[in-house]
Formats: sequence, C-alpha cells, structure tokens
Amino acid sequence: MEPQNVREIRALIVRHKRWDKMFAIVGLIAMLVGVMTLFALFLDLAIDGLPRLSWDFFTSFPSRRAGQAGILSAWVGTTLVMLVTALTAVPLGIAAGIYLEEYAPRNWVTDLIEINVSNLAGVPSIVYGLLALGLFVYALDFGQSILSAGLTLALLILPVVIVATREAIRAVPGVIREAAYALGATKWQTVADHVLPYSTGGILTGVIIGLARAIGETAPVITIGALTFIAFLPPAPLKAEAPFLSFDWLFAPFTVMPIQMFNWLSRPEAAFLTNAAAAGVVIIVMTLAMNAFAIWLRYRYRKRIKW
Amino acid sequence: MTDQPASRFAHRPLRHWRERLIESVLFLAAFSAVMITVAIIAILIYESWSFFEHVSLKDFLTDTQWTPLFSDAHYGIMPLVAGTLVTSGVALLVAVPLGTVIAIYLSEFAPHTVRETVKPVLELLAGVPTIVFGYFALLFVTPLLQATVLPNLPGFNMLGPGIVIGIMIVPYVSSVSEDAMRAVPMHIREGSYAMGATRFQTALRVVTPAATSGIVAAYILGISRAVGETMVVAVAAGQQPNFTWNPMEPAATITTYIVQVSLGDLPHGSIGYQSIFAAGLVLLLMTLLFNIVGHLLRKRFRQAY
Repeated sequence: MEPQNVREIRALIVRHKRWDKMFAIVGLIAMLVGVMTLFALFLDLAIDGLPRLSWDFFTSFPSRRAGQAGILSAWVGTTLVMLVTALTAVPLGIAAGIYLEEYAPRNWVTDLIEINVSNLAGVPSIVYGLLALGLFVYALDFGQSILSAGLTLALLILPVVIVATREAIRAVPGVIREAAYALGATKWQTVADHVLPYSTGGILTGVIIGLARAIGETAPVITIGALTFIAFLPPAPLKAEAPFLSFDWLFAPFTVMPIQMFNWLSRPEAAFLTNAAAAGVVIIVMTLAMNAFAIWLRYRYRKRIKW
Repeated sequence: MTDQPASRFAHRPLRHWRERLIESVLFLAAFSAVMITVAIIAILIYESWSFFEHVSLKDFLTDTQWTPLFSDAHYGIMPLVAGTLVTSGVALLVAVPLGTVIAIYLSEFAPHTVRETVKPVLELLAGVPTIVFGYFALLFVTPLLQATVLPNLPGFNMLGPGIVIGIMIVPYVSSVSEDAMRAVPMHIREGSYAMGATRFQTALRVVTPAATSGIVAAYILGISRAVGETMVVAVAAGQQPNFTWNPMEPAATITTYIVQVSLGDLPHGSIGYQSIFAAGLVLLLMTLLFNIVGHLLRKRFRQAY
C-alpha cells in the first residue's frame, strides 16, 4: 500500500463530493429563482391592484375616467363566452376521447386523428384566431360575436379535453368492461353506464384546466375582432314573455377580461395601469382557483378509487 | 320453443343500428381534429394566395421594411421574423439553463417531499394567463433593468418581454425534461454508482445523455411557446416593425402585427386583411420547422432499454 496513492484517491473523492453538494445548492437556487421571481411578480401585481378592488369595480362599465371604470361588461362577456366554449368543447372532446380509446380500430385513419390531436396542441393560439376570423366571422357569417369567440376557444381547448378524457378512460381496468359484456351489455351500454362514470373525475379535471386556459386567452379573441371598449351588456338570455329564452346574446358584440386588461395596459395614464393591475388580480385569482380545484380533484379521485 | 329465440333476436336489428349510429357520431367527433387542421391550412393558404397576387415572393422575403398599412407600402416579412427570433432567443437563454438545472435537481437531487410540493406549484404557474405576464414585462422587469444595469433601455424593448417569456416557459421545460429523466431506468443509475460515480457525475454523464431525446422535446415545446407568444410582446415591445437583431430596441413580432391589425377595423378582403394571414402562415411554418427539427433530433438521440 502506497500512502501517497491513497491520499490522492481520498482527495479525489472529497473533491467530487464537493461538486455534488455544490450542484445541490445550485439546483435549489435555480428552483427558488424560478418560483420566487414569479411570486415577486404576483406580489407586485397584488400591491398595485388590490387597493383598487371594490364592489363598484365589478359593477361599473369601462369609462374614460379611470377612477370610475369597472369590469362589468368584461366579466359578463367572459362568462357568456365560456358558456359557449364549455357547451361545445366538452361534448365534442369527450366523444372524441371515447372513440379513440374504446372504438378506434388500429388503422391509418386512427393514426391520422391521433397525430392531428397532438399537433393541434402545439399550434400557436393566434393561428386559431385567424382560422376563426376566416371561418366563423366571415364564411359562416357569425360576425364578431360571443358565438364566434366561444367556438374559437372551444377549438383551442379541444386537444386538452380529448387528452384528459383518454387518460381517464385508460385508467379504468378491463375487468369492469368484461363484467359488463358478460352480463350482455352492448359496447355503448358498457361505456355509458360503467366506463364513463368511473372516469368522471379525470375528465372533469381536464375540462376545468382547459376552461381556465380559455379564460386567459387574449390573442385569438382580439383577432376575431372583440371590441376593447364596451359600455353595454348583451341582451339578457331570459325574457319575461314567451318563449322566455332568447339567443340574441350569442350574436352580440362583447369584450372579455384579458382584453379589458390589455386595453388599460396600452394607455399611458398611471390610473389606468392601476385598473389593469386590479383586473389582473381578478384574472389570476379566477384561473389559479380553477387550476387548484382541478389538481385537488385529481388528487382526491386518485386516492379514493382503488381497483 | 322454436320461436322463442327468434323473438329474442327480433329486436336485435334496432339495438344493432343504435350502436352503429353512436359509433359514427363518436367517429365524427374524433375526426373533427383532422377537419380543424385542414381548415387552418386551407384558410391560411387561401387568404395568403390573394396576398401573393399583389406581392411578389421575392419582395416578401428580401424587403427589409414591413408597412402594409402605409400609403408607401412595403411587404418584407424579415423585420417581423427578426423580432420573433430575438424575443424567442432571449426567452430560451433564460428558460433552457434554468429549466434544465431545475429538472436535474428535481429528478436526481431533491428529496421526495420537495418534488411533491414543487411539481403542483409549477403546474399552477403554467396556468397563469399571458396577459398578466405582459404587465410584469412592461411595469416590473423593464423598469428594473432601467434602474440597475441598462439605464438607456427604452420603455418598449424586446429584452424585458423576452426575459419574462423565458421565466414563463420554465415550468414547461423543467416538467417535461424531468419526466424524461425520471423515465431513465434505475439500473442504469445503479450501474454508474457501482462504478464509484457520484450523484453529480451520474446525473450529468449518465442520466442526462440517456434522457436527451425527452429533453430536446422539452426545448422544442419551449421554443413553440415562445415563438407563438403574443400578449407579453404586444404589451411591452412596442408593436412597431423594426428590422434589428438588438434586443435593447423596440420591435414587432409576427404575432403582435396580427394583434395590432386586428385591433383596428380593416375591411374584409383588403390587402391589410390578407397580410395577417400571410404573417400567420409564416408563423405556422416556423413552428412546423422547429417541430420537424425537434423530431429529427429526438430520433437521433433516442435510446431504447
């Protein structure tokens, strides 16, 4: 044994262990930088915006005077657009997910559909806006309306809903299906009465995450021509006289929350920037609450269902 | 006795047709994904076709000015492409190192509890609307840069939004890379430890090379996000087409041009209206190009166990 060599090897080990510790610290710092920067940004936004939030802010129309401006038309617009989006994307996405997971044969048509679903998820959102401008606004003549915006965002979140549905359905074990078939159920009876109820949690999670994303989308809605200054509400969906329901609101001009914020951000006066911060706080709270609810929902369903 | 089976099968056609009908409806729903892609490509090409009847492809690619709405109209796409590449480049310089280090840390170093807390937080942050990040770029990051290192930075510039987009896409890059590293089988790490390698050596020289395919996918996802990002740049980079590679200057990107035109009221069928579809087509081709390159790189680095 040469003590010289042993000492060298020991030094080598110490040096490499030091590298280990250093990287652990660097990694921790990188993570803290990423997460803490974002929290600093949110804190900055909250400090600017929170004092501006009041009941009047939610019940006032936008105004030329920053102090009186509010987000009434914006949140009403967002709610109605989301209604159209959900009513379109949820049935379409779930049906597509069921087909791909339960029915689709192994052939090139299925491959084509699957490639398209994953590619659509990567298309920039503003391109959906251009599609909607050409298709919904002009070719189908829906105009620059709530209907056009709702359908646009529905197309945008369709891949999210499809992927979530497929994952949820895939998690249902085959024995459930075999038991249903053994009792003489048809394929659709098996899917509708057994597979779907078990995958509700996962599908719901995907739907909520998709809608939260749609709420925050600005670019495609601007592209189809949403207005930035709207001082009236769309016609009410409920009427006092028969037939009690009205669909005029579908074709009304509108604005949504992120566009209202964008409009205030593009003005030079500081008072409008404060309004933008307040609108930003509302948007963040809405989307974070929806996402947190979805993550919690998934956690709960994972824990409760044991096959 | 003989007619009982017959009566049992008598209602089978109805049930059979109902099943077929449901299957067709479900198929149409799934096929809508293909229809959407076809519609996107058809509309972009159709409107761009009319655009290129007025503008030659040579001018489009070589002219260094983009002023379709001025009386002295120029139709060179390069200023917008340059703006897009500069903001995305700045974003990647932030997101790639930060995202990769976070991924290696979370996958190879972090204790279980840290990973289980950080992952949902990163997931939450990925859901924050981009317009909010535009606010940060305009009113937090740019003033901060002006106050500290770059006193001459103009109020609208590409650096601030680029940095903010970078921070915004860190969660995408780190979470996809981390998944790729976690997918590397344990016995490969154990082999490395058995040879006397440390954690850091294993992470850097064994796990990272084995997961390169997935890490490249994460980078490509990040690039796609950065190139298609609209609101951060629209708010904080000034919306004026400006042919420059200097991130300290204001400029427009392809996406901000589309937003700027859409905010005005352009008549349907005018050259300005068609120009946003031509710009959109270029944007789609750019993302397509990055994805093809990514696909080839992924294939090149793919490892099978």
